[in-house]
Parts: sequence; structure tokens; C-alpha cells
Amino acid sequence: MENSVSYLVLIPLMPLAGAVVIGLLHMFTCRGSALPEKFYSFLALVGPVMSTLLAFKVFFHLSSMDGQARVVTQKAFTWISVGELDVSMGFLADPLSVLMLLFVTFIGTLIHVYSIGYMADDENYGKFFAYLNLFLGSMLILVLGDGPLVMFVGWEGVGLCSYLLISFYSKDRANVLAGNKAFIVNRIGDMGFILGLSLLFWAIGTDGFDYLSLRDNAQSLTPAVGLAVCLLLFVGATGKSAQIPLYVWLPDAMAGPTPVSALIHAATMVTAGVYMVARFSFLYVQFPAAGTVVAWVGILTALLAAIFGMFQKDIKKILAYSTVSQLGYMFAGVGVAAYSAGIFHVFTHAFFKALLFLGAGSVIYALHHQQDIWKMGGLKTKMPITYWTMLIGCLALAGCPLLSGFFSKDEILYMALATGHPGIWLVGVIVAAMTAYYTFRMFFLVFHGQARDEEAFAHAHEPPKVMTVPLIVLAIGAALAGYLNLPGIFGGDMEVSHWLSPSLVEHHGEGSHGLELLAVAASIVAFAIGIVIAYRKYGHGAEEPEYRGFASFASNLFYVDQLYHKLLVRPYKGLGVSIRRRLDPYGADLHVKLLVVLYRSLGRIFTFFQVGYVRVYAIYMVIGLSLMSLFLSQTLN
Amino acid sequence: MIGDYLVLSVVLFCIGILGVVSRRNVFTIFMSIELMLNAANLAFLAFSRLHETMDGHVLAMMVMAVAAAEAALALAVVILLHKHKGNLDSNAFSLLKG
Repeated sequence: MENSVSYLVLIPLMPLAGAVVIGLLHMFTCRGSALPEKFYSFLALVGPVMSTLLAFKVFFHLSSMDGQARVVTQKAFTWISVGELDVSMGFLADPLSVLMLLFVTFIGTLIHVYSIGYMADDENYGKFFAYLNLFLGSMLILVLGDGPLVMFVGWEGVGLCSYLLISFYSKDRANVLAGNKAFIVNRIGDMGFILGLSLLFWAIGTDGFDYLSLRDNAQSLTPAVGLAVCLLLFVGATGKSAQIPLYVWLPDAMAGPTPVSALIHAATMVTAGVYMVARFSFLYVQFPAAGTVVAWVGILTALLAAIFGMFQKDIKKILAYSTVSQLGYMFAGVGVAAYSAGIFHVFTHAFFKALLFLGAGSVIYALHHQQDIWKMGGLKTKMPITYWTMLIGCLALAGCPLLSGFFSKDEILYMALATGHPGIWLVGVIVAAMTAYYTFRMFFLVFHGQARDEEAFAHAHEPPKVMTVPLIVLAIGAALAGYLNLPGIFGGDMEVSHWLSPSLVEHHGEGSHGLELLAVAASIVAFAIGIVIAYRKYGHGAEEPEYRGFASFASNLFYVDQLYHKLLVRPYKGLGVSIRRRLDPYGADLHVKLLVVLYRSLGRIFTFFQVGYVRVYAIYMVIGLSLMSLFLSQTLN
Repeated sequence: MIGDYLVLSVVLFCIGILGVVSRRNVFTIFMSIELMLNAANLAFLAFSRLHETMDGHVLAMMVMAVAAAEAALALAVVILLHKHKGNLDSNAFSLLKG
């Protein structure tokens, strides 16, 4: 590749170096006198800020190039060299990865800033920023990797950081278990991912295992193998991006600090699955059946998560289910081969969901770690900045016309129609109404009506500037990000889609002006219905209802966790225990025990000779030497 | 001619071994070891004469030097042993019994 640059590797390297420095400093100082927090804050910001600047540099570099040739690469070093195969630690910046790069670094930096306020006075302040930097570095490796293997390094890296940060408040056992759950569920997905990659390598990977070579060789895949590869890779995506059946870890992941939920479990890491499917668009386009599976799993996840979201009472869990639901939309988008629409939703979602989580963080911070929306209320006057920014975030999430979420979600739904998936479109519209409903249910309960907990309300106050400024910046992003990709009927030119087109292989379906109008109208109606119902039920204050029937069933999450526990966890655990009890004593243990018996009896024989008297040892020596002399004289003659 | 010297050497050596093995007094054992060393020296000198070289003499001198050094050490050990147990019976020192 002729367009080689030398600074790509620095983008992930800066936060990684930050993580190492902060981590070591924290390790050596946490027992004695801790370093001042300002010192850590400064160190923690260096990496993300540098990465952001470099990301813009790459962006401007690519913009100055010719449309189809917008690719720059860098090979840092040869990583694996086996026989004919050379896998290098290579980085690739093309329009797709640069779009991801821009919002990951930008939002990552904002959330670092916010964390300075949110995590203040935490005893593990340094550790938190070490992990957060490590996460950002891993995410950038994932995005910038030039092949599936380098991506996999980042993929596992972000999984590790997710685990570490979910269990960050490790004194509480529930948090540790939540971290374990996230990690184990992700391992299941990763197994599918590894199998998919192995199969892909076996089929077409031997001529080079980077995206560009794979893209050139993708034509030679047989249908069966290709379909299997696509589905296995998607299993990996369901793990990382919390889709059916592996979505169960994401709501529990809310045990981590709120900035972590915003950065990892809303804006960046969980969208890695969508990014991966878009990366492999050249495969999925060849096998539309796989795409259909992806789309249906996505939209059904969206529906399920929206149902759960309507009956939750923990503000972060509501947002978590809305994330799962929006991720479902993204998969519906990439599933119907509208990759640019899916990625654009990733982009806008990163802004408004990070905003919502940070806003929720402000509320939680103000109310001293109260997360139950039935104990909030009336915060509008107390926290005006949080109120207005949250309002923008909620409107964007609910799909209010002219805000970012509306344009990106609408594009996905329209593409579902245009590519001939009316079923997906219909479910999507219903979910849109539900989204508007549960978003504003939360919003009204938190900010409107009467304060339900007078004492907490009295102490509530706006958080410091270091937290509100990121909120305002993100609110501007959440409001305006949609205008980057205005469709034709709003007088735009789909700039983001055009920008992405060299990286993606997609077909645009049989769209028409009428169809597009229908999609837009349906989305607006769905939004209006959802918000009106929410306003009538919760706009003027409401008391916590007693859930019965279906509502009770849904507020208990359809008992999916219990079902998994009964069907999978317990049998698996039982299997382990019974192997330990029934098989091990005759298997591994038996060998070890036999060896012990052997050595012990040998030892008994030899202790017989160890009488302890020097004279006897002298006799042994004489006998031994005599025998040796005898033996030598026999053999020499 | 050489045979006589060698026989004497072997006899001395065997006396030394017998002394080490049969006597219980640490001091006697030590003297028996010296006897064995001198038996070896005698054999060296006899062979040296036979081959008409000085190699055997050199080795014999070295053995004597080493024996002298060893004697100094061993006597110190003997004194310590006596301090430890109050007698010099080698059977009293049997802590290494398996």
C-alpha cells in the first residue's frame, strides 16, 4: 500500500502509554501517600486529547485525497510469522474507521473530563483512569486494526476493560458478580467469533488475512462456508453488542461507575459488533440470508429491550435497555445491507446516549447515589443545565423530528422498507413508539412533578463545571449530528453515506420518494403517540404502581435470567461438580496419587540405608568404590 | 621389586579402612584416614621410581600439603565435636539417620 503514514500507531499508543504510566504510579503510591488527583487528571487527559488531535489529522488527510483512494495504512511491526504467513500489527484508516475514530476519541475525551468531576475523592482515582485509558487504547486498536486479528486484540482488550470497570467498586459482591457475568457471557460470544475467524482463515485467509486481501478473495467462498462464517461472526457480535440471546450482561453492567456506562456500555464498546459487521460488509452482502438473520435478531432485540425498558425503575437500567434496543436498530440496519445507515446510527447514538448517561450520572451524583426514578422528581428547577441537556438527549433518543436520533433511525427504517423487509419496518416503528414512551416516562418522573424524597431533593444541586461542560458539548452534538447525513427529502445529500461508501459494499434497494415519505410520517406518528402517552401518565407526577400480569412479567424481565440460570448455568455447574466427584478420583487424581505411593515406597527402601553412623557410610563408600574399580578393570581388559 | 612396595601400600590402605570402619573414636578414625593417604603416597612414589619420572613425587607432595591443611581443619572439628557432646564416640553423632 503506497499511502503509508507514520502516525497511525500513535493514536492507540498514546492512551495505552497513559494507562501504563498512571497504573504504575497508582500501584506504587496507593499504599503510602496518594498523589494529588489533579496530577492523575492531567496524565489521564494527555492520551485522549492527543489521540483526538491525531484523529482529526487523519480525517483531514483522508479528506484531501481522492474519493475511492481514501485509505492510509501503517505496518508497525511483524506480529506473527509462520511459514508463508506474515501477520503484521498493521493499522488502517479508511472512511469507516475514521468515522469511528472521530467519535470514539472525541466522546472518550469528553467522558474523561466528566470523570474528573464524577470520580473525585474516590480512593482508587488513579486506577480508574488507568483502566479508562487502557479501554480507549484497546478501542482504538479495535477500530484501526487492518485485519481481523488486530481487531481481535482490541476486541478482547475492551472486553477486559469492561470487566475491570464493571467490577470497579469491588467491595460490593454484586458488582463483582456483574463483572464476571459480563466477562463470561462475552466469552461465549467470542468463541463464536474465534470459530468464525478460523473458518474464514481456513477458507480464504492464506493469501493474507487483512481486510483488503479478504475483500479481494471473498468471491471464492462457497455458500455454505460463507454463511457459516457470517453467522459465527454475528455470534461474536451478539456477545459484545448485547443482542438476543446474549444481551443479559449489559443491564447488569450498570454496576460500574456511570462514566463507564456512558463510554463503554453505550457509546463505544457495545457498538463494536455493528462496526465488525459493517467491516465485513463484503461478506454479508454475498450472503443475504445471514443478513436477514442479523436484521431479525436485531429488531427482535430492539422490541424485547423496549418492553423491558418500559417497566424498569432504575434510571441506569432504563438507559441500558434503551441501549440494547438501539443496538438492535443498528443491527437491523446492517442486516438489511444498509451499512452506512447502521453506522450513522452508531455515530448519532454515541452522542445522545453518552449525553443521557452523563446526565443520569449528574442526577445520581446530585442525589447521593440514588438511582430509583420513583424516588426522584421535580429536579427541573434544581438542575437546569442537566434538565435541558437531558431533554435534548431524550428527544434525540425518542426520535423527535429534526434531532439526530430521528434522522439516523428513520434512515434505517426507510432502508428496511426499501430493501423489502416490511416486517422489520413495522416492528421498528412500534419500537420507536415504545422508545418515546419509556424515555419520557423516565424524563417526567425524574425532572417533573413533585419531589418524592424531600430530603434528597433539598440537597440536590447542579454538579461542578467539569461535569456540566461535557454535557453541553454532547447536547450540541446530539442535536446537530443528524444534519451530517440529511436525506434527500430534507434537502440534504447523505454526506456521511457518501463518505463511507468506499469502505462498504452495499446495495441501496428499490427506494422511492413515496416510500421515504411514508417512513418519515410513520416515525413522526410513533414518536408523537409515545410521548403523548408518557405525558398523560407521568407528566404531572405519579405514584409507583403495583405491576400485575404482563407488566409484572415484563418488570421481571420475562425471567430470562432465571431461565438461563436453570437451563444453562446450573446444569453446567452440576456437570463440573459431578466430574469433580465421580470422574476425577479415577482420572487425574488417580495418576497423581499413584505417583505419590511410588515415591513414598522408594523413599522407605532408601531410608533403610540411612543409619546415621559415619562408619557405615564409609563402608558403603568402600564397597561402592571397590565395585566400581572391579567393573572398570573388567571392562578395560 | 615394585610388587613389594605395592603390597605394603595395599596393606597400609586396608589397615586404614579397617580403622575407619571398626573404631568408634573420632580421633582414631581421623588417624586411620591419614594412614590411607600415606598408603596412596607410597604407591605414587613406587610408580614414580618405576617410570623414572618426577610426576609421582609432585603428586605425593601435593597430597601431603592437602593432608596438612585437612589435619588443621579436622582437628578443629574434633574439638568442636567434643565440646558439643562431651565425648568422641562417632556413634553419638547420628542425626542424619533416615
